[in-house]
Amino acid sequence: MISVEKLTKHFGPKVAVDDVSFSVEKGEVLGFLGPNGAGKSTSMRMITGYLPPTAGKISVCGFDMVEQPLQGKAKIGYLPENAPLYSDMSVLGFLGFCAELRGLFGSAKSKAIDRVVGLCFLDRVLHQSVDTLSKGYRHRTCLAQALIHDPEVLVMDEPTDGLDPNQKHEVRMLIREMGNTKAIIFSTHILEEVEAACTRALIIDQGKIIANGTPAQLKSRAPVAGSLVIGIRAVGWKAVQSEFVTLRYLERSELISDADSVLSVRLFPKGSGETAGTTGSTALLPEFLDLAHRQRWEIQHVSVDEGRLDDVFRSITMPDTATRV
Amino acid sequence: MTCFVLSRCLTPQHEYERKHQSNSFSTSGTLRKLPPEHGTPPTPLLEDEDEFEDDYRVMKAVWTIAKRELGAYFSSPVAYVFIVIFLLLTGFFTFMVGSFFERGIADLLPFFVWHPWLYLFLVPAVGMRLWSEELRLGTMELLFTMPVTPWQAILGKFLASWAFILIALILTFPIVLTVRYLGRPDMGQILCGYGGSFLLAGAFLAIACLTSSLTRNQVVSFILSVVICLFLILCGWPPVTNVVISWAPASLVDALAGLGVMAHYEGFQRGVIDSRDLFFFLSVIVFFLFTTSVVLRAHRA
Repeated sequence: MISVEKLTKHFGPKVAVDDVSFSVEKGEVLGFLGPNGAGKSTSMRMITGYLPPTAGKISVCGFDMVEQPLQGKAKIGYLPENAPLYSDMSVLGFLGFCAELRGLFGSAKSKAIDRVVGLCFLDRVLHQSVDTLSKGYRHRTCLAQALIHDPEVLVMDEPTDGLDPNQKHEVRMLIREMGNTKAIIFSTHILEEVEAACTRALIIDQGKIIANGTPAQLKSRAPVAGSLVIGIRAVGWKAVQSEFVTLRYLERSELISDADSVLSVRLFPKGSGETAGTTGSTALLPEFLDLAHRQRWEIQHVSVDEGRLDDVFRSITMPDTATRV
Repeated sequence: MTCFVLSRCLTPQHEYERKHQSNSFSTSGTLRKLPPEHGTPPTPLLEDEDEFEDDYRVMKAVWTIAKRELGAYFSSPVAYVFIVIFLLLTGFFTFMVGSFFERGIADLLPFFVWHPWLYLFLVPAVGMRLWSEELRLGTMELLFTMPVTPWQAILGKFLASWAFILIALILTFPIVLTVRYLGRPDMGQILCGYGGSFLLAGAFLAIACLTSSLTRNQVVSFILSVVICLFLILCGWPPVTNVVISWAPASLVDALAGLGVMAHYEGFQRGVIDSRDLFFFLSVIVFFLFTTSVVLRAHRA
């Protein structure tokens, strides 16, 4: 549905977007991650036809956004950053205006408005002037106008920015549900949102795509992905460490903490990190449990660390800084 | 067609109220199931291939944008302040300063002669918010990602403000009634004068469109458009042409004088519809609106 090939944008000498290519099909929800100034908003503005690209091709539902912008724009619902609205209109007036611009009139228009008002919980503020709305309602009104013509493609720039946790949850659930029948792209800083709502994620930095995969795949790139986190009661680190030598599948071990008489240890299986995934830990775990049983250690807790997106994000976007895991 | 268009666009408010009372929407924030008609998208007019439908759709977009803009004028004090001041000032200048009664002639020349000077300040005030607001609020991003062309937006906004000025002009009808009561004026000349005034306002408005698209600061837009309009007024003025005559060839002086609005406006005041005057005003409007489109595209580059 959305196909972006070698997208490039120069603002004078500055390269905002550099040779970006990806595609999103129906039923996919793509998350755009990246530091501020990475080129996420610029990419989205080009996809929605607001900015012309310097080079590259964007096609939405088969329509090239440069050659056939009107047909392409009709298929897209766009929620821009900061949710811009006309401050002198009422919510109802604004939604009516957007509906008419989308070609909906009469009963089709009122049905569409009813639908999005229900979806976005705008019933209470329908006759309020836009400039009196709280941030959450402003975002929801702008989201409503993006949904009003039931588009096949949704592009959202930081859709949960500034919303309270309940509202964030609502929006994420809505995105997930709509993701079944639409192609959705949204950009975010909040990494747990990526796990909650996306089927795939892209990490962009300085205009280039530096990572691309499902949230699980991205998480497995973390240095600690696949490692075992163990808590053992009432035993010294030195004593335990000498026993670990006997574990064949162990790469190395690391002390996390030794407090409250619980020894917290991280065990890295052989070939851990990106290459191992969880297969390394699959072999290491039973071996360790055997050892613990023989040594009569009291295990407080055992878990397999899937990796955290924050760590992946940091390590990818700031490779020069030494990341403490 | 107008009635059809009007009836479609002016949906009554109570229709929505009725629908919302009958529904029981939960506002507690629980997950809302998408209604069954989610799978069937509405069919906008965009799908139609018929040429008549295409033109209709284009006009619909212009009308929608114009309607919104006109409504925005009347929801702020701008409209009312403008109309009241305009009426007061035209009344004052016509009857007091213009020596309407002392002249004893049943025409509206003392009324029309002041319009360029009133428009000089009032029209930029009307037009300065047209694009500056869009830039300031960030709604340009919203507008230009809708399936409308920039020209539809430019036309819609321009026509809305022009219609607003038309409303202000129509509200000066008491002056016409006065002169009809006092004598037997030439109504054709008066109508022609109104036409010329309307075109002059349109020209100044197109200039205001351009200056407001240049900046998100409305004050700068106002000042720039006042300066450009003043230039157009003073172009044909002897003191200005005298300065230019000393060093410029005759053709340049004539060209400069031809740019002045006063000469072209005068014809309409006398009741003469000269095609050259008509052409002048229309080309000023087209030129400045075209420049507006160029500026808007530069904003998005």
